[in-house]
Amino acid sequence: MTSPLTITHLTKRYGGTAVVDGIDLSIAPGRCHGLLGPNGAGKTTTLRLALGLIRADGGEIRLLGHPMPAGGRAARARVGVVPQMDSLDPDFTVRENLLAYGRYFGIGRAEVETRVPALLEFAGLAGKADAAVPSLSGGMKRRLTLARALINDPDLVVLDEPTTGLDPQARHLVWQGLRRLTARGKTLLLTTHFMDEAERLCDTISIIDHGRIIVEGSPRALIRDHIEPQVVEVYGEGLADWRACAAGLCRRCETAGETLFCYTDDPAPVIAELDRQPELRYLHRPANLEDVFLKLTGRDLRD
Amino acid sequence: MFSFFPVWHRNYLVWKKLAIPAILGNLADPLLYMLGLGYGLGQFLGDIKGVPYLNFLAAGTLAYSVMNSATFETLYSSFSRMHVQKTWDAILNTPLSLTDVLLGEWLWATSKSVLSGLAILAVIWGLGLYADFAMTLWLLPVILLTGLCFAGLGLMVNSVAPNYDFFMYYFTLVITPMVLLSGVFYPPDALPAWLAGFAAALPLTHAIELARPLALGHWPAQPWLHGAVLLAYGGAGLAAGLALTRRRLLR
Repeated sequence: MTSPLTITHLTKRYGGTAVVDGIDLSIAPGRCHGLLGPNGAGKTTTLRLALGLIRADGGEIRLLGHPMPAGGRAARARVGVVPQMDSLDPDFTVRENLLAYGRYFGIGRAEVETRVPALLEFAGLAGKADAAVPSLSGGMKRRLTLARALINDPDLVVLDEPTTGLDPQARHLVWQGLRRLTARGKTLLLTTHFMDEAERLCDTISIIDHGRIIVEGSPRALIRDHIEPQVVEVYGEGLADWRACAAGLCRRCETAGETLFCYTDDPAPVIAELDRQPELRYLHRPANLEDVFLKLTGRDLRD
Repeated sequence: MFSFFPVWHRNYLVWKKLAIPAILGNLADPLLYMLGLGYGLGQFLGDIKGVPYLNFLAAGTLAYSVMNSATFETLYSSFSRMHVQKTWDAILNTPLSLTDVLLGEWLWATSKSVLSGLAILAVIWGLGLYADFAMTLWLLPVILLTGLCFAGLGLMVNSVAPNYDFFMYYFTLVITPMVLLSGVFYPPDALPAWLAGFAAALPLTHAIELARPLALGHWPAQPWLHGAVLLAYGGAGLAAGLALTRRRLLR
């Protein structure tokens, strides 16, 4: 099978700044591909370019076989989009939202009506068909947006921060839905800020910063290749005095706010030393994607 | 070709939910003006150009009502859909293009304004404020052209609006002077020459130059010219609105 989306040497400049600065990307069919990056890294711009909504300054995009943006109409007919911002129609009921959205794809009322029950069941909104949109919770709205993106039975689903602003219960429901989609052979392309989300859902992750892809691989491979396997987080009174001691006990130490991160292959000596420091508290855990992300993109705040 | 139709249809379905109050609201304001001024002020004015003031006012009210309806729809309602509800963004993620969105919005606002015009026309017929019934049927294309004109201009204003308050400028600086100078309430030849020259360029003037003779039972002097001016204003407004909205949403 060919890749649903291939991007080569893509660039997009605003003013003098390259927001997308030479991105190459090819996503595998039937898999979930995650774009990770700090705010302003170029994730959303890359998605908008891929969908043919905006024109690139350089590079090529093929979406489901169509060159973009020229083939936008035909390509988008086979794509479902879950945007970052809520764009449901507040004047319509749940069912009317799906009907109206189906019409934009040229799908007739009768056809959409037959799809509605399965879509609502999928989104955990069974029995809500005639509910008004303003009466739905944030999680329900997100799931309805997901159901809406599936109205045309797309080959590729593009999700821009699908769980931002949701509580943990709602996030788990969305994740469950997304895993069911890949199980059905759909390709997913998502952006997220949440490392646990990316680690859990994505088969492949591209970490983007300053408009470039800095690394790409499966979550496990990224953790294996880019970070020490064990992490001890240390915090509490007297941390400043202890920092010098820590440097000798582990491979790499980093401070973020009031916490010291000790990265190491063997945590035993650090923990033994920490047990002699009653005023310091610590957490020992395996390294995760967030450690990789922070190592590669830095700990500075982005706005 | 007709890929804009789902956009029109979406707006129609939302409007249908609140159609009765919407129609009453559309009708009440121009009707109060027409009847209040027509009967009240008309008492003191006697005949204007050989007809009772109420009859004279009827065609002006028709054009003014169509203009208002198209303007309100493309300013406040289109802005809500574009900026607040993100309806346009949602549509742009589907096969439809921004051209489809704006064409749908243009024709929708025109449809709503045609309905307002028909409501006033029904009152004109009901009260017998016309000279020749067959001639008043020509008011239908005039209503359509006026709607297309002001819906196009409204979409242009919408495309540069940062917020709802911005529309106040358009009303204060464009719509209100137009209502006062375009011959809604009095014949435009009552104005001093320099002001009449300015008024002659205003689109509402051209709508009234078409509507008033038709209501009073004679053929307009330059129907093609006035019709072309209305279309030109509307087409230019739509084209500018499309280019500016593209810069706003798709850059």
